[in-house]
Amino acid sequence: MRVALLVTCINDTLFPETGKAVVRLLRRLGVEVEFPEAQTCCAQPMVNTGYLDEAVPVVRAFTRAFDGYDAIVTPSGSCAGSVRHQHAIVARRGGDERLGAASSKVFELSEFLVDVLGVEDVGAYFPHRVVYHPTCHSLRMLRVGDRPLRLLRAVRGIDLAELPAAEECCGFGGTFAAKNADTSVAMGADKARHVRGTGAEVVVAGDNSCLMHIGGLLSRQRSGVRVMHLADVLAATEEDR
Amino acid sequence: MTFLGIPPFPEAARTALGDTQLRHNLAHATATIRGKRAAVVAEVPEWEELRLAGAAIKDNTLRHLDEHLVRLERSLTERGVTVHWATDAAEACDTIGRIARSHGITEVVKVKSMATQEIGLNEALAAQGVTAWETDLAELIVQLGDDLPSHILVPAIHRNRAEIREIFRARMDTAGPELTDEPADLAAAARRHLRQKFLSAKMAVSGANFAVADSGTLVVVESEGNGRMCLTLPEVLVSVVGIEKVVPTWSDLDVFLQLLPRSSTGERMNPYTSTWSGVTAGDGPQEMHVILLDNGRTRALADEIGRQALRCIRCSACLNVCPVYERTGGHAYGSVYPGPIGAILNPLLNGVGADAQTDSLPYASSLCGACFDACPVRIDIPEVLVHLRAEVVDARRGARPHAEAVAMKAAAWTLGKSGRLRFAQRVSALFSRLGRRRLPGGRRAIARLPWPGSLWTDARDLPAPPRESFRRWWQRHERS
Repeated sequence: MRVALLVTCINDTLFPETGKAVVRLLRRLGVEVEFPEAQTCCAQPMVNTGYLDEAVPVVRAFTRAFDGYDAIVTPSGSCAGSVRHQHAIVARRGGDERLGAASSKVFELSEFLVDVLGVEDVGAYFPHRVVYHPTCHSLRMLRVGDRPLRLLRAVRGIDLAELPAAEECCGFGGTFAAKNADTSVAMGADKARHVRGTGAEVVVAGDNSCLMHIGGLLSRQRSGVRVMHLADVLAATEEDR
Repeated sequence: MTFLGIPPFPEAARTALGDTQLRHNLAHATATIRGKRAAVVAEVPEWEELRLAGAAIKDNTLRHLDEHLVRLERSLTERGVTVHWATDAAEACDTIGRIARSHGITEVVKVKSMATQEIGLNEALAAQGVTAWETDLAELIVQLGDDLPSHILVPAIHRNRAEIREIFRARMDTAGPELTDEPADLAAAARRHLRQKFLSAKMAVSGANFAVADSGTLVVVESEGNGRMCLTLPEVLVSVVGIEKVVPTWSDLDVFLQLLPRSSTGERMNPYTSTWSGVTAGDGPQEMHVILLDNGRTRALADEIGRQALRCIRCSACLNVCPVYERTGGHAYGSVYPGPIGAILNPLLNGVGADAQTDSLPYASSLCGACFDACPVRIDIPEVLVHLRAEVVDARRGARPHAEAVAMKAAAWTLGKSGRLRFAQRVSALFSRLGRRRLPGGRRAIARLPWPGSLWTDARDLPAPPRESFRRWWQRHERS
């Protein structure tokens, strides 16, 4: 099985450690993941803002980059959802049905670990108080359910606390964060308040975009609470200490 | 149907977000209804099948809407009802005013109805010398407060009981200075006020939750009994019915009368369900009119992806679960249809590309998807929002390019080839020393950027770009 890593443009550019964590984690589990270097972005920012014509060349680049792979694994529920549910829209706009070819092959990280590899205990060690925020697209678009929580519960040393109103959106929403910045921040402020009420040291989620928003607020509040991607937690071992 | 003078959503939202009393009222009220709904929906093991059935009945009906409407007209006419067809709000309001004037009527009582709010009936009738009295308690609060509705089910959700007492004391002749803010006290004052109206009014105006084509039956679902009073006491009854309200047969109601109350008020069954099939001699109104209202619905029907919005049964479940609505309230949407359903329904009914307020609505969502999960007729609101955003952008193509369009074109160009993205990442790496603040974990963060970066950094720190992108790291370490 040839497995490709869709690192996503935001991780590639801003959060490279998460990409490295996925490579390390999968290698530990016996999967040699490839990074197709022609990849750029899933085109979600264009599609969700209404720029379908602009999305066509981006999805075309995406489809070419991932041609020939059996599975595409990505540390982002949002980007996985975009590939699975939105590439068909772009294919229609571009008049080229091949642009939807990758849709059925993409797996969000927790789906890949639990459903494809069949593991829940990935041998991780993370001795911290943690809350998990289920991001909207992983929860309601991909329906990953409790897979990320099952993976986290198997992490040694972890103190997993429950986040109140966990399933409520953090307010990031892509370009919503800028186009409706006030509403976005009001939603994020409530998320940050719930996080801080748990006494957690770390907020974990499957999307660095949402975490950038939540973490940006937590940092502005000088809360001392750190945000980390699920992959970074699952890749951590005792040897890292 | 659009409130005059309401600015585009981001601006209206900013004002609303600054109102802490409003935020408190809304958070409390929506959390209460959310909890009730969740509990009664969880009781129904076949809820998903009911949702699918509701969606299927509506879709099938909309596919042959012309035939069902003609059938409805025939059934109503056979039962002594006069049927009028109204293309738009003005035509509907004129018809109602004409009916009132033909009887010399200057006061009408109203059943709570979204369709009559949509067409601005009260204001139109006032211009023709006819006073319309709202008899639903929440609508009465809005009317007496010279206010605008902010919720489909609970139009005065933005008000708390202390504010309601002040409105009643100021504007209601049956409310004295001794009125307290106890709910029972407030309800009793409203009851005394409304009783006078019910007993004196010669004409009532209602909407309808459903219109059954084969039996010519109209259905009104309500909680307070004011609707039942309006539907039975006056001599003349006029019902304004959106053309998407038609269902083919009586048995179709089975599905919707299970879906609606649980989704709407969070009750297993609503207290009053009134059904009437035309005029009955010596019993109830002796003259009945039905106005079948288009007002943009055929425009929405022509939209292949947007037409699912016409399944809407006005339950307001999507408002109560929406994290945006909970914080901004309904007025920010500038329409009688606020919240997620309003964000798609208003552009579908009005058309996009005409005014900035309507065009801002499809963007008034983080696309979190909670509305779709709550919708009893499975309207995929996020799908329609994304579709309408594309329509908004397409409508502006060819006009003077604005900052967002330029940025999107630049992003698409950069992301069209990996070499261009690599170059952009090398440029951004030059700024890796930017920012004096440290995030927990040690990474640098930027606290202030010029516009448009300030849209982010006004309230949020931003991680500084890393010295090396993932792709660069891969090339150095992993590429064999």
